[in-house]
Amino acid sequence: MSDIREYMKNNILYLDGGMGTLLQKRGLKPGELPERWNITHPEIITELQKAYYDAGSNVVYTNTFGANSLKFEPDELRAIVHGAIDAARAARDQSETPHEKFVALDIGPMGRLLKPYGDMDFDEAVEVYAQTIRIGAEYGVDLIDIETMNDSYDTKAALLAAKENSDLPVIVTNAYGEDGKLMTGASPAAMIAMLEGMGADAVGANCSLGPEQLRGVVEEYVKYASVPVILKPNAGLPRSENGETVYDVTPDEFASIMREYACMGVRVLGGCCGTTPDYIRATVEKTAPDMAEITSRTPVTDKNITFISSYTHAVEFKDSPILIGERINPTGKKRFKQALRDQDIDYILGEGLRQQDAGAHVLDVNVGLPEIDEPELLDRVTCELQAIIDLPLQIDTTDPVAMERALRHYNGKALINSVNGKQEIMDVIFPLVAKYGGLCVALTLDEDGIPESAERRVEIAEHIIEEAAKYGIGRKDLLFDTLAMTISADTKAALATLKSLHEIRTRLGCHTSLGVSNISFGLPARELVTSTFFALALEEGLSAAIMNPHSQEMMKVYYTYRALHDLDENCMDYITFADNYVPAGPAPGQATGGTAGAAGSTADGGTKQQSGEDYGSPLKRAIVKGLKEQAANLTKDLLAEGRQSLDIVNEEIIPALDIVGQGFEAKKMYLPQLLMSAEASQSAFEIIKADMAAHPGEAVSRGKFVIATVHGDIHDIGKNIVKLIMENYGFEVYDLGKDVPPEDVVAKAEETGAPIVGLSALMTTTVPAMEETIKQLRAKLPEVKTVVGGAVLTQEYADEIGADFYARDAMATVRYALDVVEGKI
Amino acid sequence: MSVTSPILVRTYDPKECPQLTAINMDEVMRYGGMMISRTPVPPDTRDESVEEIRALIDESAAEVMPMLTYKVCYRHIDISWEGDYPVLPFDSHHSRNLAHNLEGCTAGVMFAATIGVGIDRLITRYNHSSPSKALILQALGAERVEALCDLFNAQIEEEAVAQGMSLRPRFSPGYGDLPLTVQKEFMTLLDCAHLIGINLNESLLMSPSKSVTAIIGMK
Repeated sequence: MSDIREYMKNNILYLDGGMGTLLQKRGLKPGELPERWNITHPEIITELQKAYYDAGSNVVYTNTFGANSLKFEPDELRAIVHGAIDAARAARDQSETPHEKFVALDIGPMGRLLKPYGDMDFDEAVEVYAQTIRIGAEYGVDLIDIETMNDSYDTKAALLAAKENSDLPVIVTNAYGEDGKLMTGASPAAMIAMLEGMGADAVGANCSLGPEQLRGVVEEYVKYASVPVILKPNAGLPRSENGETVYDVTPDEFASIMREYACMGVRVLGGCCGTTPDYIRATVEKTAPDMAEITSRTPVTDKNITFISSYTHAVEFKDSPILIGERINPTGKKRFKQALRDQDIDYILGEGLRQQDAGAHVLDVNVGLPEIDEPELLDRVTCELQAIIDLPLQIDTTDPVAMERALRHYNGKALINSVNGKQEIMDVIFPLVAKYGGLCVALTLDEDGIPESAERRVEIAEHIIEEAAKYGIGRKDLLFDTLAMTISADTKAALATLKSLHEIRTRLGCHTSLGVSNISFGLPARELVTSTFFALALEEGLSAAIMNPHSQEMMKVYYTYRALHDLDENCMDYITFADNYVPAGPAPGQATGGTAGAAGSTADGGTKQQSGEDYGSPLKRAIVKGLKEQAANLTKDLLAEGRQSLDIVNEEIIPALDIVGQGFEAKKMYLPQLLMSAEASQSAFEIIKADMAAHPGEAVSRGKFVIATVHGDIHDIGKNIVKLIMENYGFEVYDLGKDVPPEDVVAKAEETGAPIVGLSALMTTTVPAMEETIKQLRAKLPEVKTVVGGAVLTQEYADEIGADFYARDAMATVRYALDVVEGKI
Repeated sequence: MSVTSPILVRTYDPKECPQLTAINMDEVMRYGGMMISRTPVPPDTRDESVEEIRALIDESAAEVMPMLTYKVCYRHIDISWEGDYPVLPFDSHHSRNLAHNLEGCTAGVMFAATIGVGIDRLITRYNHSSPSKALILQALGAERVEALCDLFNAQIEEEAVAQGMSLRPRFSPGYGDLPLTVQKEFMTLLDCAHLIGINLNESLLMSPSKSVTAIIGMK
C-alpha cells in the first residue's frame, strides 16, 4: 500500500459516502448513538463499508464520528474505536476490487462549542480529540480525517490533537452554510490559511449542502489551496416523502457535477448525507477513465500565496498594502502601561476597536513590560481580542514562551513578530511557526547587529530563507523587515533600508514589512517624514507597514497610493477618505467641529452653544444626555482650564450620574439611558485617567469592588451593567468575567482587599454556585460583604443563600456599596 | 407519521419574508427593560424623551440585521397517551404543564430555531465598548428569534389547518415544570449542532444564545 500523500499527487482519491441514513434503514433508532453499533452490530458496519470499497472508494471512514470522551466512558470509548477499526479493516479485507484501499480514523465535532461562544476551553477541546486519536493511532489506521467542522477554533483543536498525537496523514473538511461561511463565520480562504499552516495534508468541504450549492466554496478552495482539495457534499437537500428522508440529487447528476469539479482541480471526491455506494460508483465511473488527463491538467502545486487569517477571513499580501496597527504596545505610552499593570483589558480592547475603525487590516499585539507576567497577559489579550475583533493579529513578543501560548490559542493563522538572522532565535521561533502555522516577520539583522549596507541585509535574508526551509517553512511565509532606522542619526539610513527592501521584493520574491515610524525618530513634525518614507517604501515594493492608523498623513499615503496604482476601483475608497479629510493646521476661526483630533477640543461646535443650564453645567448635561464625545471634549477643556481631576469627578461627573440614577430609580429614565450616561461619563473618566497617568499622585478611588458571574453561568450583561455604573461612581472594579469558580473569587477578594464582592447569576441552576461562592468567602474572608443580583434572584433567595444584600438593579448596588465604604454598614 | 419522520431544515431569506423585515419596536423596548411597570406599556418610541434610545435601536438594527441567518430544523412526531401523560420521543418527566398544553393532541412538531452566532459576537464586542448598545442588541435578538418562531409557527399552522388540525401554543424546555435537561434530547432528536449549529453548554444553555427549542401540539 502506498503513502496516501503520494497517491493524492497523481491520482483522484475517492472517499466513501453517507452512513447515517443507511444505518437508520438498518434499524438505528432516533437518538441512539451509531458508534455503539461497532460493538453490537459490527457485521452491519462492515457490510456497508465493504459496499463503498466495492463501489470504488479508496478511503472508508471509521464509524467514529461522535466517538469522544464527552459521550463515552474511557473503556467504552476504547472498545468503540477498536470495534470501528476492526469493522473497517474487515470491509477492506473482504472487498476484492484491486484499487488502493485506506482506513481513515473519523473525527467529527465533539458537540460542544468553544469559548467565547460556548463554555469549553481550547486546551480541554484538544484533549477530548487527543483521547480518541491516541486510541485510533495506536490501534492502527492509515490516516486521520477531521470532518463536518463548522467552527474554525474547533477545527484547529482537532488538527492540533492529531498532529501532537500521531505522525499520520490528516485530511480536514469543513461544513459551510449557504452563505459560503462556517457557522462561526470563517471563509474557505481563512480555513485554508490556518489548516495548511498547521500541516493538513488535504483540505476541503463536506456536508451541509448539495454539490451545486457548494460551487462558490469549491472555486475558493481551488484558487487558494496548495494541498489537494477535498469535496464530500450531500446528495442535495433533504425533504420528507411519506415519512422518509429523500434527497433531490440523483447519483448521475451528482457524478456529473463532481466530474466538473475534478476538472477544476478538486482531487479528493466523496459523498456525505444522503449519498450511497451508487453515488460513489457513478462518480468513479465518470472520472476514473480519464483520470490521468484530469490530474495532469490540474496538478497539485504550491499557489505561493502569502496570507494570514482571523476566525472570519484571510488577509492576503499582494499588491494592495496591508496596514498593521501598532497601538497595542506600551512603548512610550504611559496610559497604556498603566492599563497593562492594572490588567485593564477593556482599555486594550478599546485600542483594538479604534484601530479597526480607523482602517487597520491587522493588529499588532505587544504587552511586554518588565514587571508583568507576559505569557499570561499576552495569551489573555489575544483571546479577548479575537472574541470581539475579526482582524488577524500579529503576535509581537521576544519571549518564546509567551509566543507559543498565544499562537496555540490564536484562532487562525497569525502574523508572528519576529525572527531574525541570529541562530539562537531561529532555533526557537521556526519550530513554533512549523507547528502552529503563521507568517513570520524576519528582521535582516544577525549576531553582528544591523548591517549598514543593503547587500549584507539581503544576505541575511537569504540565510534566513535557507534556515526556514529546513523546517518546511517556505519563503511565502516569511515577511522581511529591512529595518527602518532614524535618519536623524545617519542620513544614509533610509537609502539602505529601501534598497534592500527592493532587492528582497524583486529578486528574492518575498513580501516585506517595515515599522515605518522609526525613520523619523528624533526629528520635529515626524509625521511628515514618516509618511513620505512610507510612500517611497511602497514604491520599492513594501507589502505591509506597522503604523498608526489614526495618523491622517499615513492614511493619506495609503489611499492615494492605492488610487495611483490601480488598486482602488473608480477611486471609491479614496473619495470616501477625501470626504472626511481635514487639512492640517487650519487658520484660527476656520475650524469646524466633528473630526476628532484635527481641530482640537475647544473648537467643538456643539459644546459651547449648549449652556447646560438645565443641568448646572455643560459637562453634566453631556453626561445626562449620554453624549460620549462631547463629555470627553468638555473634560479636556476643564482640565486645560486648570480644574483638578478630583474636582471634575466630584463636582461634575458624580452629580450628573446622580441625576440619571435618581431618574432611573423614579422610573423616569430607562436602563439604556442609564447606560448611555454611564458610557459618556466613562469617556470623561478616560480623559481624567490619562491626565492622572501624566500627573501621578492623585487618586479618585472610592473603594475596591470585585465582581463576577458565578460558575456555570455565562450571562454577563447584568454584571457588565453593574461594573460600568460602579466604575462611574468611582469604584475600582475588578471584573473576573463569567463562569468564575468560587476559589477565584475568594482569591481576588483576598488579593485586592476589596470590602465588597458582587455576584451575578441568571439561572436557577447556577444559584447553588453562588451559594458556594458566598460560603467560601465567609470561611476565608468573613469581613467581606456580598451583594447578589440577577434575573432569578429575589430577597428570599438572597437571604437563603446567605448574601449580605440583594440588589434589584445596578443603582441599588451603588447605594449599598457607598454605604459600606462610608462606614454606614 | 412516526417518530422516525425525517428532520428537515428551513432557511428563511428575510428579503422574501416580509414577516422578518419589520422589527416590532414595542417588543424590543420590552425586552430592553424599558417598561414603566409590570403592565407592558412601553414608552412611545416617537416620544422625545426616548429619542436617544430610538436612535440607538435604529443604529443597532442597521448593524446587526445583515448578520442574521434565520434557520429552523424540525420533525413531525406522533403523540400517544399513557393515562394523563403524553408519550413523546423525549422524556417529559411527567410535566403537568406540558401534559396540559398537549391535552388531546395526537401529533406535534418539535423544532429548534436560531438567528445565528453573529449577533453574539457583536454583543460581546459592545459589552466592552458600549453596554447600552449591547443591551439593545440583546433585546433585538430576542425579538428577532421570536419573530422567526412566529413565522415558522404560522407556516406549520397553515399546513395543519389544511389537514383539518389546529395547533396548541408552542411549549419550550424549561417552561413551568418541564425541566431544562430535556434540551439534551431536543439537540439529539433534531440534530441541531449539525444542521443549524446550535450547541449546548454544561449549564444547558444554547449557543448561539438567540435560539429557541419548542414543541407544538396538534389536534
